[in-house]
Amino acid sequence: MAKHKISVTINGAVREAEVESRLLLVHLIREVFRMTGTHVGCDTSHCGACTVVLDGNPVKSCTVLAVQADGAKITTVEGLEQGGKLHAVQEGFTEKHGLQCGFCTPGMLMTTSALLERNKNPSEQEIREAISGNLCRCTGYVNIVKAVQYAAEKMR
Amino acid sequence: MIPAAFDYHRPGTLDEAVKLLSSHGDQAKVLSGGMSLLPMLKLRLASFAHLVDIGRIPGLDYIKEEGGFLKIGAMTRQAALERSELVRTRYPILADAVPLIADPLVRNRGTLGGNVANGDPGNDQPAIMLALGATFVARGPKGERSIPANQFYKGLYSTALAPNEILTEIRIPAPPPKSGGAYAKLKRKTGDFAVAAAAVQLTLNAKGAIERAAIGLTNAGLTPVEAGDAAKFLTGKMPDEKTIAEAAKMAAAKSSPSADRRGSVEYKKEMARVLTTRALRKAVQRAGGK
Repeated sequence: MAKHKISVTINGAVREAEVESRLLLVHLIREVFRMTGTHVGCDTSHCGACTVVLDGNPVKSCTVLAVQADGAKITTVEGLEQGGKLHAVQEGFTEKHGLQCGFCTPGMLMTTSALLERNKNPSEQEIREAISGNLCRCTGYVNIVKAVQYAAEKMR
Repeated sequence: MIPAAFDYHRPGTLDEAVKLLSSHGDQAKVLSGGMSLLPMLKLRLASFAHLVDIGRIPGLDYIKEEGGFLKIGAMTRQAALERSELVRTRYPILADAVPLIADPLVRNRGTLGGNVANGDPGNDQPAIMLALGATFVARGPKGERSIPANQFYKGLYSTALAPNEILTEIRIPAPPPKSGGAYAKLKRKTGDFAVAAAAVQLTLNAKGAIERAAIGLTNAGLTPVEAGDAAKFLTGKMPDEKTIAEAAKMAAAKSSPSADRRGSVEYKKEMARVLTTRALRKAVQRAGGK
């Protein structure tokens, strides 16, 4: 089985790797690049803990092959903070207690930061729909929605 | 979970992809969005020695009306359908269904071509294609051929596509005036497959009677089910409540679901009746009837 040489831009930095065909994007990020902010939750494309932003779209990185991401721009939770300043969604989750255990949080942050790129003023319904592929077992989503509303206001 | 080892191929053209499929036979599988295939490989429910990724082949991602058809490229992502003004205004049956497929993150990867070509009767779009009278365009070593949706599904995960054919386009007849369509789906939660769902597309005549109707059912057997008897029954009739109720009963009788954690056979058949009723009412309303 041939290995593939791939190159991705992850959080602004070009990284190369030689990968097996079956390597999943989440494992490229966690185990090859050693960036462990992206979590593996259910590993069956249900929970969304592994969400990263791939060429502008939030996707479940446990269900994308690393080779499929060759040439792509990837943003992970490590890439949200810019110049020592938290992203508005990170600030929102902090201010509005949008997390308890924190396991789903990286995925929530990636999905909601991508949402706010596309929709500057999402309704509560739109926020809830956007995060419907990200499961949180602690907070019941109320504070997550508030956190996103806080971030939206902050970004406007 | 890690899939069994395979070789990954990324052809740049359809011809190249067909050549790869031809040389590897049933050891090769087309990779589109991967939202069904990759979980199956990870769970080791399937394994292939070769994956042929059609994701970088140019010209497979479009939504356009042309020559009396809505033509959708096989690699068109569900998210693109969801955002399409054309789909929203002209094909409400699709606009109903897409936001109910999986979840938004999955819809950013999953494609219409994958949804219909996978041969999973739990997928939503096959039943919709039956209702819409769609045709699937496939490319193989001998060129292109068209396969009507109602001749496409052969069994569970089994379709009319040869191992070296690739679905390239979904072609839907543009609806004549006084047409309406609707998709009604019952699911337990976001991301789940349907307990039952019904797709209806119909056209009314000048008097408001049903000129043509078609009904497709999701998760109602080993293949998507076309409720032909119910459609025939509706033809020529005024779409009143009594007629709708009778047609829904006939459609549910065509449903042969299996019992699982989503419910018993009786429950699913009853839900097929209820959802067909709802889809019929909505389709009639959208067609400008009562």
